[in-house]
Amino acid sequence: MPQTSSQAPAGAFVDAAGTLVVGGADILKQSRTLLRFATAGSVDDGKSTLVGRLLHDSKSVLIDQLEAVARTSAERGFGGEAGGLDLALLTDGLRAEREQGITIDVAYRYFSTAERSFILADCPGHVQYTRNMVTGSATADAVVVLIDARKGVLEQTRRHLSVVALLRVPNVIVAVNKIDLVDFSESVYTEILDQLRTVTAELGLEQVHAIPVSALEGDNVVERSTRTPWYTGPTVIELLETLPAIDEIESDNDPFRFPVQLIIRPQGGLVAGLNADEFRDYRGYAGQVASGSIKVGDEVEVTPGNFKTKVVGIDLAGKAIDTAFAPQSVSLRLADEFDLARGAVIGAVGTLPEPTTEIHAELFWLDSRSAVPGTRVLVKAGTQTVQAIISSVIGRRNLDTLAIEGTDELKVNDIGTVVLRLATPVPIGDYNQNRRAGAFLIIQPQDGSTLAAGINTNAQFDEFDI
Amino acid sequence: MSKSNLKSGQKLAEHRLGLLDTLESEAIHIIREVVAEFERPVLLFSGGKDSVVVLHLAAKAFWPGKVPFPVLHVDTGHNFPEVIEFRDRTVEKLGLRLEVASVQDYIDRGVLQERPDGTRNPLQTLPLLEAITNGKFDAVFGGARRDEDKARAKERILSMRDEFGQWDPRNQRPELWNLYNGRHLPGQHVRAFPISNWTELDIWRYIERENIELPPLYLAHEREVYSRDGMWRAVGPVSMPTADEVVETRLVRYRTVGDMSCTGAVESSAVLISDVVLEVAGSTLTERGATRADDRISEAAMEDRKKEGYF
Repeated sequence: MPQTSSQAPAGAFVDAAGTLVVGGADILKQSRTLLRFATAGSVDDGKSTLVGRLLHDSKSVLIDQLEAVARTSAERGFGGEAGGLDLALLTDGLRAEREQGITIDVAYRYFSTAERSFILADCPGHVQYTRNMVTGSATADAVVVLIDARKGVLEQTRRHLSVVALLRVPNVIVAVNKIDLVDFSESVYTEILDQLRTVTAELGLEQVHAIPVSALEGDNVVERSTRTPWYTGPTVIELLETLPAIDEIESDNDPFRFPVQLIIRPQGGLVAGLNADEFRDYRGYAGQVASGSIKVGDEVEVTPGNFKTKVVGIDLAGKAIDTAFAPQSVSLRLADEFDLARGAVIGAVGTLPEPTTEIHAELFWLDSRSAVPGTRVLVKAGTQTVQAIISSVIGRRNLDTLAIEGTDELKVNDIGTVVLRLATPVPIGDYNQNRRAGAFLIIQPQDGSTLAAGINTNAQFDEFDI
Repeated sequence: MSKSNLKSGQKLAEHRLGLLDTLESEAIHIIREVVAEFERPVLLFSGGKDSVVVLHLAAKAFWPGKVPFPVLHVDTGHNFPEVIEFRDRTVEKLGLRLEVASVQDYIDRGVLQERPDGTRNPLQTLPLLEAITNGKFDAVFGGARRDEDKARAKERILSMRDEFGQWDPRNQRPELWNLYNGRHLPGQHVRAFPISNWTELDIWRYIERENIELPPLYLAHEREVYSRDGMWRAVGPVSMPTADEVVETRLVRYRTVGDMSCTGAVESSAVLISDVVLEVAGSTLTERGATRADDRISEAAMEDRKKEGYF
């Protein structure tokens, strides 16, 4: 029989207040927020199974998907828990990946609980792990790093944590997986914690949440395990529901900053029904608040030009609002008319970085063409794209120690430090203060490829001044 | 419980954008970036709910100005008449230019041949690519979402296409922070998906919140249908039942509004958008699994079509 779409999953009901409850959660709750997180680890660590477990136990898997998984599980003779379902199949991707048993690219998954909606960037661990880790972690509020309880902290764990530390992902969860395969042993777990503490101390990661889990059997992922009585901390999902997002951490602490995307001057092309006279001189600076907040009446400064003016209006798609904060997309109206273009930055008075033609940067090199001194590139920072030259390559990070070792070439998947000379001054911020303000792309000028992810870390490399 | 890597003395923000506002802000940012960096963007507009939401977001992004790009519809010739009527009305209301790439036209000219199964979805690729080339469009907005399909789950928000419109999943640009790189060579173009990160439920909650008009097919109505491949098919000129398929009148609605020959309806009593929100929230089937015969054919159906230049 054809499907009736009003069937609900087991356990779904409309409660007395009229809210729909699925998996014990009011998934239509208005106050829900978004958390972006990435998972790092290899297939061997059980990463796909963990992702499948999060989706399955948070009731985010629909019947047709489960049926497909059940069919394939049976074909492959999978005899695990969860009713004989190989949950790793839920994240099975493209055909080449299935055929070769590898994961090629970052895949995005979506699921929700009562508290939050989640965007999960599932990063493959083996192939081009730097490229994938950087892609998945750049926007992440949290990263879940997997460790196999039987193997402990490996070189790969160290490298994943290094990338997380350099990218300043604010929340790190270490899932010590396959705890069932070490008999739920507290002493094994404690030993891994000791190894972990040494690494995180070296990398300068202050807060790392470790959790003993069995992704295969579901312990401490969504459901609390009765087999790890010695562990009293939160489950993976409880952490994900409560950890603060980047915007919560950075927004109020940082001054207002607003890269101008484009200028809205609707001469000749006004929305039907609006009064042409009223909007004749309309000039809105459109953009997304990168950090902080702004109120109507606030004084701001504008670069290039170092003008000072006031915000006289904030428009959110036809609605005038009093305050805007990160990461809202709005249009600002200013008291004075300037000849501003895309690439200009509006910020709180006295807080914008001095536009500079030299950046000491950390690059995550992602292209097979190496970076050498003299390489001509484009730098895209905020809404500005300028020509640049890599004037010198200073060194490459040893990803085991994070020490910088001298080199004059960055190869694919290297992380290293360089000096960039820009053709036009750019007001680029410090990545350690604010991720959006200090991040940029390195682009190949001829074919447009993204060569590298860059972060401005001026302060850190003073000892390498040349 | 320790909270995170907060610096000492740092406090958390007092205000926090909710889910829908966060998604809306991200989409508007993407739409504005594309308009700022490309010469000739165009929006694929089918009258389906996802493209309607993208158009609504574009209207918000440029207020009080009009949406600064035209819309393009690849018309299979098998569209629901209600949807075509809605398309024309919406375009006129917003004062936009509509370009139509007609599959029927290609069939009439003998460039494309009707398939034995009567489905025209796979025939859309050539008219789409030629419309992009002829219109010299360098950026093509689409309403695809990553939660729809395994192949889409891996596609970038700005997705490069070569001269043949092909997507190369093994050679995608890393997408970092909120910095989008749209640089391309002549002949290449970019598909831009501003609502990549929205789920079906987010779309419906947003439609409800913003009071966005949709084609009436999305709400429950009585229709003559018959059962095929586990879906309710509408009786129509391109979707006639066989002799042993029983036609009955049922209360149904559509979760997607594609080609009449391969889009199925679901039984539903949802007459208001708020009913649909509840229904989708409690639904047990993914929307493509429930209503698209063409995606059921093989596990890699969407992947194959994307590589050939499909949406």
